[in-house]
This record gives sequence, C-alpha cells and structure tokens, in this order.
Amino acid sequence: MSAVRAVVAQARTEVVLAVRQGEQLLVALGIPLLVLVFFSVVDVLPLGSGRPVDVLTPSVAALAVLSASMVGVGISTGFERHYGVLKRLGVSPLTRPRLLGAKALATVATEAVQLAVLLVVALVLGWDASFSFVPFVGAIVLGTVAFGGLGMLLAGVLSGPANLAVNNAVYLLLLLFGGVAVPAAELPGPVGAVADLLPSGALIAAMGDALGSADTAGAGTWLVLAAWAVVTPVAAAATFSWAPRD
Amino acid sequence: MSAVEIESLVVRYGSVTAVDGVSLRAEAGEVLALLGPNGAGKTSTVETLEGFRCPDAGSVRVLGLDPVGDRRALLPRIGVMLQSCRLYSVIRPVEAVRLFAAHHPHPVDDPDALLDRVGLRDRSRTVWRRLSGGEQQRLALALALVGRPEVVVLDEPTAGLDVHGRDLVRSIIRELRDDGVCVLLTTHELDEAERLADRVAVLHRGRLVALGSLDELAAADRGPQSVRFSGPSDLDVAALSTVLGGPVRAEGPGSFVAEVVSSASTVASLAGWFAEQGLPLGEVRAGRQRLEDVYRRLVEEAP
Ligand SMILES: Nc1ncnc2c1ncn2[C@@H]1O[C@H](COP(=O)(O)OP(=O)(O)O)[C@@H](O)[C@H]1O
Ligand SMILES: [Mg+2]
Repeated sequence: MSAVRAVVAQARTEVVLAVRQGEQLLVALGIPLLVLVFFSVVDVLPLGSGRPVDVLTPSVAALAVLSASMVGVGISTGFERHYGVLKRLGVSPLTRPRLLGAKALATVATEAVQLAVLLVVALVLGWDASFSFVPFVGAIVLGTVAFGGLGMLLAGVLSGPANLAVNNAVYLLLLLFGGVAVPAAELPGPVGAVADLLPSGALIAAMGDALGSADTAGAGTWLVLAAWAVVTPVAAAATFSWAPRD
Repeated sequence: MSAVEIESLVVRYGSVTAVDGVSLRAEAGEVLALLGPNGAGKTSTVETLEGFRCPDAGSVRVLGLDPVGDRRALLPRIGVMLQSCRLYSVIRPVEAVRLFAAHHPHPVDDPDALLDRVGLRDRSRTVWRRLSGGEQQRLALALALVGRPEVVVLDEPTAGLDVHGRDLVRSIIRELRDDGVCVLLTTHELDEAERLADRVAVLHRGRLVALGSLDELAAADRGPQSVRFSGPSDLDVAALSTVLGGPVRAEGPGSFVAEVVSSASTVASLAGWFAEQGLPLGEVRAGRQRLEDVYRRLVEEAP
C-alpha cells in the first residue's frame, strides 16, 4: 500500500514538473505531430504504394513512444543525477525499483496523451483507422522499456550536459536512419539491414502491426524489440549511479 | 546501543585518506557537532552514515543497523540534509514536502505545517530555483524532518543562512533534541558548534583531535593559562605584573590578559589590587580558555 502511494506520488510529481517545464513535452509531441501533418499533406517522402497518412501514422506513433521514453526520461533523469536530486532521493526511503516504476508510469501517462492526440489528428487527415489492440499495447510496453532503458543507460553514466547532447544525437540518428522518417525497406541495402536490427526499426514495424493495414511485423521484429527491452534496462541497472560524476 | 556508533572509521579517495581512524558515538536526545576546517573529513564521515560509501576500514552503525547492508530498514528512520543539495528546479516547497511524506512509512500528520515551522509559509508555492539560498536550505531541513526521524544528520545546516534563519534552525534542532532525537551535525564555525551542540568532535585532517563538551575541551586544554579582565585603558600593567607574578598585557582598549595560573587566589589578588588603587574592575574570566584559542591550538598543533 505504501509502495503504491510512493510510486503514484513520484509519478505524479514527474508529470507535473514535466508539464511545468514544457520544452521536453513540446519536442515529444510536437515533432511527431509535425512529421505526420507535413508529410501527409506534402507528398515528398518515398513512402511506397500506400497513402502517406496510412504509412506515416505507425511511424509517428513509434516516434512519440521513442521520444517520451528515451529523450524525455533520459534527459530529465540525467539532470536529476547531475544536480544531485537523485542523491537526495537516494537517502529517502524511495527505493530504486519504486523510482523506476514511477518513471515508467509517468512515461506511459505521457504517451497515452501523445498517442491520443496523434491518432485523432491522423483520423482527421484520413487515416484508415486500422487498429489491433494487442500489438498496440505490446509495442508501447516493449518500446517504452527498450527506449526508457536506453535513456536511463545514458543518464546513468554520462554527465548532465553530455547526456543531453548524446540523447539528442541518438534521437536524430534514429529519426533519420532508424527507419522512422524513411521506412527501413526504402533505405539503401546495408543501412536498411542495420535499421531492421535497431530498436527503432523494430518498434515501427510493431506499430505497423498495431496501426497499419498490412502485417509488417514478423516474429523476428517482435524478437528484436523484446531483446532490446531486456538488454537496455539490464545494462542501465548494471551501470547506473545515483550520485553525480565526481 | 548508541544511536550512532563510529568505530575506527577510515575513508579513502584513491591515495587521499579523508577520514583516518575516527571513533565516536552519539546518543538519543543529544546534539553532537562535527567541527573542523574545510577538508577535515566531516562530509566523508556523515556520508558513510548515510550509506553513500562503505568504510575502507572500521565500521559504522546507525540505530544498530549497517547503513549500506540494512539500507531499506534504516532510511525510513533517519532524516538527512546533504551539503549543497539541489531539488527539482521547478518543484514548489508544498509539493516537495508532500512528495517526501509519501515516500515515508510514518510521516508527520501535516506536511504543510512543516513549512510554517521552517518559516516558508509565504514561499510554499514558489518554485525551488526562485527561492533564496537560505530558503532552499530551510526546505532541505523540512524534508529531513518529514519522516519523523529518530536520527537526523545535517551537513552544514546553517551555512548560508541569515541571522533569522540561523535562529530558526537552532531552535528546531533544540526541539528535536528535547524530543529525544539524536542530532549529528557538521560545521566549520566554532560559534555554531558552541551554540548548538551538547558535545563537539573536533576533526582535523581526518583525525579526531578532541571530543567532549566545549567546557570539557577548554578545561582539558594544556595551553598556557591566563586570566582575562577589563579595566581602565591607562592601567599600570607593569605594577600589576609584579603583583600577580606573571606578564600582563593589553589585548585591546580596556581589555587585558594576565598570563598566570588561573586560580581563585590569582583572581583574589587581582581584585584586591584594583580595590587598593580605587579602580573599576570589569568582567573577569578565569579558568576557561577562550574557545577560539583552544580550537586554533587543537587544529594547528594536531600532527
Ligand atoms: N569525491 C572525492 N574524491 C576525492 N577526494 C575527495 C572527495 N570528497 C572529498 N575528498 C577529499 O577528502 C577530504 C575530506 O573532504 P570532506 O569530507 O568533504 O571534508 P569536509 O566536509 O570536512 O570539508 C578533502 O581533502 C577532500 O578534498
Ligand atoms: Mg563538508
């Protein structure tokens, strides 16, 4: 009971503070929204046969999950560690699992709002509204754990400013080459092959299952995503330090 | 069992030995100050009690528990104020005390009232980064108290506070002690230790150079004995030196020090001479060294 109270209080605080600061949420919601609206209306991307909005919706949903979990969690946690906020929390009875649980809860709450907005806009733009519940939840959960773990991994080992820079760089790289902006199939051979193994490509394919008309994700895709969802949190847990770098 | 037990503690950072064989105990219902100049090893000592690092040698126990191994059992029972602690930059004090209350199994009944107690009622909705340094410091104290701790560890609690803030913090610390809490605090200011602490542990270069009440320290000090007094500025110090059997010199306008055995008979001869001369004798202080001198000697003469 007290564990639930602690996790909920911590998660609520994280959401309230993120909303109060604003910038990070703007990026997390604004960029996917921009990609969706712009490229649905202006037909410049090599999106293959389907209508742009149907191809783009799963990708921007994936992008929203990626930015909320990796960039959002990673950057805020990195600064909390850098400035010693985590050190202070570390001498309160808030345990590590509870803090992680709270961050996961706060992230899922943020994603719920983001995805609701994105899907409504997609509908307005004429998205065909194909939706499968189980792959949708699976993609959100695995994607959040995989990218949240990656964000925590960076936040736990880098100093505050370096963490900010690396997080943004990874985000940009995944955006350009990870199959987000351009589907992996359309990328030149070797790049496309790597993109298939990256968590971003896998998350997009999984979101394609959930929100697209065609089955894009084979067992391989889910395996790749699940593997990342194990590797990044384990690596983060093994390397994370609450205290600022000396 | 004492509330805090430190046994032959050694803390090293690479080749630097920050704490070098310190042993001391603090009891429930007492205020113990770790006093020492910057770099003496105060923070390293208290951070070991908080479980941030394992002793490189020796051992520490808080409420009978190992701060690292028994972390989960210990943290709900202690309150901590870190040296230079930052909080979330946009959190409000009222949100912070409620958040930390939610993390504790048995928090105070009314976390908001804690803000009144530390004088932050008017600032309860001001985000952290807009608070003054002293206000941030007082919020940190409130957060240390929100879980009804049995042991409170405060690293430089009055550093950066104005006179009013210091008075407030001092009175809170006294209340804690009267409620039976063990308060362990650090300071580099003798004056703070003198006002706040029942006992003082003087640290210098990682070693414990003195431990006791300030009266005990002053009495045990083997420094030169002296009697201090005030009188007319044009006092005939040469004549008085002959009477007292030791050098008398002016320390400031109207204040004098006689370097003689500080006994009742010395004071009697001093008073007798003043009476003979028909001079007004001001404040006389004998037997107890000036604390600054004791402290300076402890720190300067330590190996
Ligand atoms: N993280 C650290 N790495 C290396 N040296 C340190 C570290 N923390 C403290 N020290 C050194 O240990 C000694 C004691 O420091 P500290 O415990 O902070 O003293 P105090 O709190 O009394 O000022 C100092 O010489 C300081 O430079
Ligand atoms: Mg210190």
